[in-house]
Amino acid sequence: MKRQLVLEDGTIFVGEAFGSEKETIGEIVFHTGSSGYQEVISDPTNYGQIIAFTFPQIGNYGINRDDFESIQPSIKGVVVKEAADFPSNWRSSMSLPDYLKQKDIPGVCGIDTRKLTRLIRSKGTMKAAICGMGENVDILVSRLQAVEFPTDQVKRVSATKPYPSPGRGKSVVVVDFGVKHGILRELTKRGCDITVVPYHTKADDILALQPDGIVLSNGPGNPEDVREALDMIQAVQRAVPLFAIGLGHQLFALANGCKTVKMSMGHRGSSYPVKDLETGKVLFTSQNHSYEVAEGSIDAKILSITCRALNDRSIEGLEHRDYPSFSVQFEPESSPGSEDAKFLFDRFLQVMNEENTSKGMVDQHA
Amino acid sequence: MPKRTDIESILVIGSGPIIIGQAAEFDYAGTQACLALKEEGYKVILINSNPATIMTDTEIADAVYIEPITLDFVSRIIRKERPDAILPTLGGQTGLNMAMQLAEAGVLEECGVKVLGTELSAIEQAEDRDMFRTLMNDLGEPVPESDIVHSLEEAVAFTEKTGFPVIVRPAYTLGGTGGGICENMDDLNEIVSSGLKNSPVHQCLLEKSIAGFKEIEFEVMRDANDNAIVICHMENVDPVGIHTGDSIVVAPCQTLSDREIQLLRNTSLKLIRSLGIEGGCNVQLALDPQSFQYYVIEVNPRVSRSSALASKATGFPIAKLAAKIAAGYTLDEIMNPVTGKTYACFEPAIDYIVTKIPRWPFDKFESANRLLGTQMKATGEVMAIGRTFEESILKAVRSLESSVYHLEHPRGAHLDMEEIEQEIRKATDERLFFVGEALRRGVAIETIHEWSQIDLFFLHKFRKIINLERQLLDHPFDAEKGRKAKESGFSDIVLARLWNVTEQEVYEWRTSSGIIPVYKKVDTCAGEFESDTPYFYGTYEQENESEKSGRKSILVLGSGPIRIGQGVEFDYATVHSVWAIQEAGYEAIIINNNPETVSTDFSISDKLYFEPLTVEDVMHIVDLEKPEGVIVQFGGQTAINLASGLEERGVKILGTSLESLDRAENRDKFEQALSEMNIPQPKGKTAFSVEEAVKIADHIGYPVLVRPSYVLGGRAMEIVYEQKELLHYMENAVKVNPEHPVLVDRYLVGKEIEVDAISDGENVLIPGIMEHIERAGVHSGDSIAVYPPRNITREMKDKIIDYTVRLAKGLEIVGLLNIQYVISQNELYVIEVNPRSSRTVPFLSKITGIPMANVATKLILGDTLQNMGYDTGLAPEQEGVFVKVPVFSFAKLRRVDISLGPEMKSTGEVMGKDRTLEKALYKGLIAAGMEIRDYGKVLITVADKDKEEALALAKRFSGIGYGVMATSGTADFLKNHGIKVEVVGKIGSDGPTLIDVIRQGKAQLILNTLTKGKQPQRDGFKIRRESVENGIPCLTSLDTAEAILGVLESMVFSADAMPKEA
Ligand SMILES: Nc1ncnc2c1ncn2[C@@H]1O[C@H](COP(=O)(O)OP(=O)(O)O)[C@@H](O)[C@H]1O
Ligand SMILES: Nc1ncnc2c1ncn2[C@@H]1O[C@H](COP(=O)(O)OP(=O)(O)O)[C@@H](O)[C@H]1O
Ligand SMILES: [Mg+2]
Ligand SMILES: [Mg+2]
Repeated sequence: MKRQLVLEDGTIFVGEAFGSEKETIGEIVFHTGSSGYQEVISDPTNYGQIIAFTFPQIGNYGINRDDFESIQPSIKGVVVKEAADFPSNWRSSMSLPDYLKQKDIPGVCGIDTRKLTRLIRSKGTMKAAICGMGENVDILVSRLQAVEFPTDQVKRVSATKPYPSPGRGKSVVVVDFGVKHGILRELTKRGCDITVVPYHTKADDILALQPDGIVLSNGPGNPEDVREALDMIQAVQRAVPLFAIGLGHQLFALANGCKTVKMSMGHRGSSYPVKDLETGKVLFTSQNHSYEVAEGSIDAKILSITCRALNDRSIEGLEHRDYPSFSVQFEPESSPGSEDAKFLFDRFLQVMNEENTSKGMVDQHA
Repeated sequence: MPKRTDIESILVIGSGPIIIGQAAEFDYAGTQACLALKEEGYKVILINSNPATIMTDTEIADAVYIEPITLDFVSRIIRKERPDAILPTLGGQTGLNMAMQLAEAGVLEECGVKVLGTELSAIEQAEDRDMFRTLMNDLGEPVPESDIVHSLEEAVAFTEKTGFPVIVRPAYTLGGTGGGICENMDDLNEIVSSGLKNSPVHQCLLEKSIAGFKEIEFEVMRDANDNAIVICHMENVDPVGIHTGDSIVVAPCQTLSDREIQLLRNTSLKLIRSLGIEGGCNVQLALDPQSFQYYVIEVNPRVSRSSALASKATGFPIAKLAAKIAAGYTLDEIMNPVTGKTYACFEPAIDYIVTKIPRWPFDKFESANRLLGTQMKATGEVMAIGRTFEESILKAVRSLESSVYHLEHPRGAHLDMEEIEQEIRKATDERLFFVGEALRRGVAIETIHEWSQIDLFFLHKFRKIINLERQLLDHPFDAEKGRKAKESGFSDIVLARLWNVTEQEVYEWRTSSGIIPVYKKVDTCAGEFESDTPYFYGTYEQENESEKSGRKSILVLGSGPIRIGQGVEFDYATVHSVWAIQEAGYEAIIINNNPETVSTDFSISDKLYFEPLTVEDVMHIVDLEKPEGVIVQFGGQTAINLASGLEERGVKILGTSLESLDRAENRDKFEQALSEMNIPQPKGKTAFSVEEAVKIADHIGYPVLVRPSYVLGGRAMEIVYEQKELLHYMENAVKVNPEHPVLVDRYLVGKEIEVDAISDGENVLIPGIMEHIERAGVHSGDSIAVYPPRNITREMKDKIIDYTVRLAKGLEIVGLLNIQYVISQNELYVIEVNPRSSRTVPFLSKITGIPMANVATKLILGDTLQNMGYDTGLAPEQEGVFVKVPVFSFAKLRRVDISLGPEMKSTGEVMGKDRTLEKALYKGLIAAGMEIRDYGKVLITVADKDKEEALALAKRFSGIGYGVMATSGTADFLKNHGIKVEVVGKIGSDGPTLIDVIRQGKAQLILNTLTKGKQPQRDGFKIRRESVENGIPCLTSLDTAEAILGVLESMVFSADAMPKEA
């Protein structure tokens, strides 16, 4: 069945339907990874987005049991050149189209995704709709221009109640702004005793858990919409080591007096070069963000910049001058994409250790 | 880190002649590297024995040495030039091994030459199978259970442990030479002994077979600051067990989940880091299709065929950056040459699918063993880009120029199911097409998977192609299905066949219904950043990115894949033509499909279209670019063959007109033309039946040269000496009938002369005349050519000049032409005229300093010779002697008869130059890989007709102290003429036979002219193959033998006793 992809600027792409056949509206963005679609589709950071893949054949290795980044995907649609109807991989348990149907997520294939990408590159991310051929485009376009996207995405993807993921190592509280399984996986791998708490949990409640460290997770949307978290951050960073990722990084920056701005098209891909300003080395990082910490909004007395994107020089990492807290804009847990930055979780553990010893506590877990 | 200032001059070692496993990709890499280093202001000194390359142009390096790449000669050059540093990793295995030898011999130390890029110790660690295995164990990286063996006994012991199958991989060899999979003891005996022979260090790795795993390649780079990146990953459609060079390869990987990709990426980066490689490197891995279990197959610590492919597949110029890294830069300092806006320290993202298919020489070698295995057999490859796998593989298929346009096989329809199953199981070069046939007959992909181990993903894609084919059959001219077909890569030829109409009709229907391709950019970043690289591929999508510039443009057609008869020399001419077009002020646009070449480097032309070379694909570009015209005479037969189709569609062919091309190529018209110019040609006639052939032969007299009229090139050409042979040929070699006549020519015994000339229609410049060492009857491409000619009279020379000038004018040539003559009984005959660039153009250009392709292009664009300061006639002859020596790849092609004849068999060539013929020949032969021993034994077994001649040679051999061995017949004859001969038994006779003599290396040289037979069972064939397998030079032309003898004589002092006083 034919379907159309309509953009806020009036551009229309006609393709074939796959997945769910309902109409959908969302913010259209493109992702440049040639693999990792399952992780991208299930990444809560992508809440509300219609994701266009620049790689033309998506779904080749199917959908498997293991590679989800959340239980319930929260994206609004998928746009591809071709969606594989016959996946082939030993772990594959169903095809991408079947999965999207099951999760009631619409998709459209047969699209000139390179044309779309170039359009987004020149005009920035846009609002878009996937709908049937019947739709009156003019009305739809004005609807698109009018539509206001929800600002409570974090609320919609965050846990509602705290839950544990027990371990015998460091006690880590993960503040869930839309946490990817990858972050929990990396902490678990390192033996951490994890408690995941909702995004609006108060500092006292967090500290009451006597964590060795706190992770501010990735998440969707505009950090400005999650101001309620800032007090918490200001309070906890004084007390325990803090590691902030993605949206968490942006909130950490806001909490320490920075501003954040929306990027024209953001960074979404498996392998973005990021320069470590200390060592001068470049690491390749998995990225997925629309907002960034505003250049020049940083108070050098409070925060120092630890790394930058090699190409657009945007800020990729921060460190607190007085507290054992650091943050990265990219996704050190990878899944999908480059795993070069996983060592940051080891660094986090190291920081926690140093803190315990410097606090004169005996580390009962070491 | 900034560039190194502690060095000023750098020696770059090229890769020598084109052989199987080492083709044009190293000309591409070397050229890029040299230019990159010059750009940095270094003095670049280059050594390469291959004259047909761009890299040996004097514009590319500051000092160019076309000399043998041997310890001896390279050392001499190092001592003379005193370079500060050497860059060994860009000349393929040849360059690498040379650098190792230089180090071991202490030359580098002696002359204080630093090694740039990867250190030799690292290279050794990667190349030496044993050290590599140890490293893998230290790193905890899995390698298949294996053992290093130095003898057959050790090998047997290993198999007793592991059982069969096992695979043999010789150390320090290329293209898997001498290696293979052993299913049983016999295989083991054969392959291990050949493996040990082929390994310069007599070392083989014996390994448990993991055939059937997915074969994955990662192209990685690293700089001195330990930044390491993955340029591209590729998946072999043919699983482990078939050499990557012989596999159909897709980029990027198609069937690996992100976790599998990251797993292998981490391993690849770990390897390049632990080896400490600075530059490019290729990692080959095997991945279990059923688990995360993987193995490391090997690491090539240098640029390679795969890195050339990766460069063209992503747009990322690996060799260029490898050179910059060697010069001290780090990746994060260098700009990405494609975007110009981002840094080179990044991992390309691609938004299309690339397919590479190898090009094999089996069309030339019917008798060859087509079975593919761990030893590479392909001479070249094609690449195609599409937005789906279907599109890219079908584009690649028609790029092969094997007269297949689809997943089908000419014999396919006639085979029964069992035969097709066998064809698919045994994995020959044609497997892909038989898979198509099987699917056409409804065989389940699961079954085909079981036969071939090819991943279901690819098989399903093939099935989609076949299903679409069916739908098209039922829906002729259905717009939607037609569009789908084009999106899936179907060519008009195929649609025309399905709908039984002409290709033209399909084309017109299509264009009128707006089903035409658009062109998209290869930009390394999937459109995320702007880029203005002029590198495009065609696909059936919405948005076209290739805008026509305002300037007048000229379209140049490349020469497609490297194959026997059409090597890198045509890419050389193409590139020079492009440069000339730019000099003349036009925009130069090129179309080509060979990823190995310089011409497909996007920085060469103003616009590069990486597309198949078929009329359809070229027309689409013509329709878009509306060029002034198309130049076809530099792209070899590939481009020439497109001329008529293009002109039919109203395209202007620049230079020599189609009509004139036809007059030179069409036998009857050519005969006509010659008689008008009264220029003699060997007597000949066309036979439409066996009887007729016999009659003609009797009439013109034996020996005659016979060939089918319907194949170009020397193919299926034979010299027959009597009726019996003629009948045999007519029965077996060709199927003569009115549609397919056979040409019967008088075979002229005589000296062959080759001439290249440039004409503007008025004047004709002859840069040089070349004389062949081997008499006519040995293909011009396989004979040793000498410049300047030495044994022809002034009068004959004038005649050659006169004929050449008249032919050029008479055939109305504008541009280049190439002529082969025979001088027989002091009469000059024309064998053929090629109205195009030729194999010898780079050779002559380099000798004479006349940039032939450049001049020709200018003439094609309307300039005149006089205007450029050239007159009609032969250019002044150069000082010194220059020889072109052919190079063969017989060691890689089992069952191929090596005897020289009218069919071309060589894969490449080298140049030898010096003051005397003997010295030049010596260099040429050495450079061609022949070992010349000034003492030893020569084994002579020749046909009766050659005995007289052989006698003279035998005399001279013993004259310089060479021992002479011969089989009884020959021996008696020689004895009777007073030559001391050691008799060796014929094959099958009891006692030590000549086979033993060869195996035990008792003879250093073999002379064999027994039979021209193609059937392996013949003794002569056995002898020749045996000498190849044992690496002993075997000469099948007495002329070559005499030339070598001349060299030997010039090397040694005569050893004649004093004459007795009477
Ligand atoms: N253990 C093995 N079992 C089966 N096939 C193998 C094995 N090791 C290598 N091969 C096959 O042999 C080919 C050549 O081996 P490789 O080590 O790459 O030699 P080369 O140096 O000629 O590239 C590989 O491409 C692979 O397909
Ligand atoms: N009439 C002939 N007499 C002797 N040798 C010939 C004759 N015709 C062809 N040859 C030999 O065969 C070779 C190939 O023939 P040619 O017509 O040049 O075919 P190709 O198109 O492959 O170059 C020539 O180089 C020459 O050595
Ligand atoms: Mg290999
Ligand atoms: Mg010829």
